[in-house]
Amino acid sequence: MSDISIPAGRLSGLANPTRFIALADRAVPWLAGIAVVILAVGLWMSFAAPPDYQQGTTVRIMYIHVPFAWLAMLCYTIMAVSALGTLVWRHPLADVALKAAAPIGATFTFLALVTGSIWGKPMWGTWWVWDARLTSVFVLFLMYLGLIALTRALDDPQKSARAAAVLTLVGFINIPIIKFSVDWWNTLHQGESIFRLDGPTIAPSMLWPLAVMAIGFTVLFFALHFAAIRAEILRRRVIAMRRLAARHADRG
Amino acid sequence: MPIAGSGMYAHWDYAYFVGAAYGISAAVLFGLVAWIVLDQRGRRREIAELEASGVRRRSAQGEKR
Repeated sequence: MSDISIPAGRLSGLANPTRFIALADRAVPWLAGIAVVILAVGLWMSFAAPPDYQQGTTVRIMYIHVPFAWLAMLCYTIMAVSALGTLVWRHPLADVALKAAAPIGATFTFLALVTGSIWGKPMWGTWWVWDARLTSVFVLFLMYLGLIALTRALDDPQKSARAAAVLTLVGFINIPIIKFSVDWWNTLHQGESIFRLDGPTIAPSMLWPLAVMAIGFTVLFFALHFAAIRAEILRRRVIAMRRLAARHADRG
Repeated sequence: MPIAGSGMYAHWDYAYFVGAAYGISAAVLFGLVAWIVLDQRGRRREIAELEASGVRRRSAQGEKR
């Protein structure tokens, strides 16, 4: 008996790459437009917000540094879910989503490190310290670079998909380490001040611009990720078509 | 420039740090967006060229229905 019917859920519907491209063609312009509008409002709010009584105007770096750091971790989490998609559900687009996300995650991690460093110099008196938070985010950046290399090392994406998925899942242990590093170790980096059990410790005048910027960059991330997945599907089509052409040429 | 002998920066110097952080971020994100857009255009062009030379994906016929 081979009459096993799988309910056509939303994720399995998107397993068809052509259907995904059609969805991305419709969604990406909207997501990009919404991101630009939210980020424009967020930028205005960031520069209209009062300077910090101790940090002065350098606190404005927070409005980009924190969203970059949040997206660095969100992107890796999405890659870990994609890795499960490859290993457990064998979803055809899971490996494409993982590969497409890696350069975007690496970029946001790089920007979190750079903006943090630029903020650290005037506030801490140093560009860099090897404390637990900074070091664990640097390790995340190296893992992104490793995954970018691995997903592009072999011509056949099917061969690198499994290895990249396993490495991504092993590396996911770093995400809770980053999150709780400021609690577990004594760090120069400040402790958690937003997602706390007793509520945020940031004044609302600074929390609102931060929230708007975080939402804006998150929407931008999804626009970029959808566009990158679409580009990767097209790249695999080009490879498949070239193979087909080569096979015909051999027979001819 | 740091205040002589203190390693500390004056408040009017803070704007340079804020400007550098926003400027570098804007440049890098612009580069990321441009890379993804150009990658996609390049692949679409390659597919069009392959199709023009008579190469068809096996699943392409089913999609056109």
